[in-house]
Amino acid sequence: MRWLLSILLMLLPAFAQGEEVVLGLSKDNVAITTSFNGSEILIFGAVKRESPIDAENPLEVVITVAGPSEPVVVRRKANRFGIWVNTDAVEVDLAPSFYAVATTGPFNEVLSNTEDFRHKISIDRAIRSVGAPANISDAEAFTAALIRINRSKDLYQMLEGQIALDEQTLFRTRIDLPADLTEGNYATRIFLTRDGQIVSQYETAIEVHKVGMERFLYTLSRENPVVYGLMSLVIAIAAGWGASAGFQLLRNS
Amino acid sequence: MQIYLPIAEVSVNAFLLLGLGGMVGVLSGMFGVGGGFLMTPLLFFIGIPPAVAVATEANQIVASSFSGVLAHFRRKTVDLKMGTVLLVGGLTGAALGVVVFNYLKSLGQVDLLVKLCYVVFLGVVGGLMFIESLQALRKARRSGGSPAPRRKQRGWVHALPLKMRFRTSGLYISVIPPVIVGIFVGILSAIMGVGGGFIMVPAMIYILGMPTKVVVGTSLFQIIFVTAFTTMLHATTNFTVDIVLAVLLLVGGVIGAQFGTVIGARMKAEQLRILLAGLVLLVCGKLALDLLLQPNELYNLGTAGGH
Repeated sequence: MRWLLSILLMLLPAFAQGEEVVLGLSKDNVAITTSFNGSEILIFGAVKRESPIDAENPLEVVITVAGPSEPVVVRRKANRFGIWVNTDAVEVDLAPSFYAVATTGPFNEVLSNTEDFRHKISIDRAIRSVGAPANISDAEAFTAALIRINRSKDLYQMLEGQIALDEQTLFRTRIDLPADLTEGNYATRIFLTRDGQIVSQYETAIEVHKVGMERFLYTLSRENPVVYGLMSLVIAIAAGWGASAGFQLLRNS
Repeated sequence: MQIYLPIAEVSVNAFLLLGLGGMVGVLSGMFGVGGGFLMTPLLFFIGIPPAVAVATEANQIVASSFSGVLAHFRRKTVDLKMGTVLLVGGLTGAALGVVVFNYLKSLGQVDLLVKLCYVVFLGVVGGLMFIESLQALRKARRSGGSPAPRRKQRGWVHALPLKMRFRTSGLYISVIPPVIVGIFVGILSAIMGVGGGFIMVPAMIYILGMPTKVVVGTSLFQIIFVTAFTTMLHATTNFTVDIVLAVLLLVGGVIGAQFGTVIGARMKAEQLRILLAGLVLLVCGKLALDLLLQPNELYNLGTAGGH
């Protein structure tokens, strides 16, 4: 089913006006090192076309970058017996760990609702929430809270009008990745739209991964937890003893 | 200088971590508490995921206690025999505590219970210590600065069987109370993610009647083993021990603990106790306010099936 869809998507530009994306990325992989403190990615490209530019319906560009998705539990606090406790909880089936949408203009003008629904482009649509427990009537409030919290941490970004488009051909934008990134492939999609309809789309991935010591420690902690735990204890005790002995030497000298 | 923590998956300032470690280390050396009850909430505050904070804290306590206990060994203020008896109870308690913790986790209210545990225990222990040391200070002042007379405890503790002689502490008591204290502290330390010194120290002074001088070293000795056990449990089941975070905290902490031990040795026992009581009450008050006041954000996010 999925490959069929992707073949259809690949054929799509051919049926459209013959406009195609030629893409460039300032980097296609982000290495998380010890001193990692966020990263900036420049996404730029050009529209390749055989026919002359359609002047009546201006071309618009929408770019999305999505981190790996996972289920998230959203809990709500309520006052019970004078203290604030978690009472209701809704599990959101899949929510991207990072999601940014950049457009050339106001989102609703650039993309029609139907296309948004079909390709799950806006932040609301990128989150999949199938159903809430029967005792919760306001499930939307929970997904709204998820978006609000992640937006405040810059994990979800709505960058309306942040893509520069020159001569209907050259486009570029900048996405800031925050410091607390999860590892994985960050799916990057570029949509060309006219009159709210998608005329072409292009997809690539930005790889975010840990390197060096970060990589080594992470892998060890997952694959050899006993070794990792013992190593942590030995390092801790050695540091404790070493500092203690060093301090003693300092005082005696 | 920002540093990316591999397990916590967040980027934080390395000097902030060193500073926090140092500050808590001074307190740890002064009072013989691991400092976990202070460090764990501080780590939440700077944005470390709670599960990682609790597990890493256990690892860091091992190190800061280790350097502290070495200083106490040199001054011969560790009662090894009492420490071993407490440890037997402590390990049993920690294993029990993990079972209780996992049960509460399955009920989905573990955060609340951890916080309530903090408020109740910190409040009771801090309040009792504060009142007691205030009275001791007042008594000392009234009698013209001479030290308060030591209370001889001749209660139920001395009526139990299985008596053992603890030379360093100068006690001849049953092993049952120390084992029970150990189990109790073990359970609490597993649930609350702390070393348990803040419960252990008063329990040793007021229940077992140990001299304040040996209490700090002995509790540090016991805490090392219980927290090492907890670290291994967390590392193998939840994969939440962040060694980079732990090393940064302990580099600050170890140095701080050395200064703390020196400061602690120069201060009077009553002053030490009243300061610890004040600190315990302060943390308790902060946590209580968090529970009582309406939070700015009513919603919070968690990974499915976890914290």
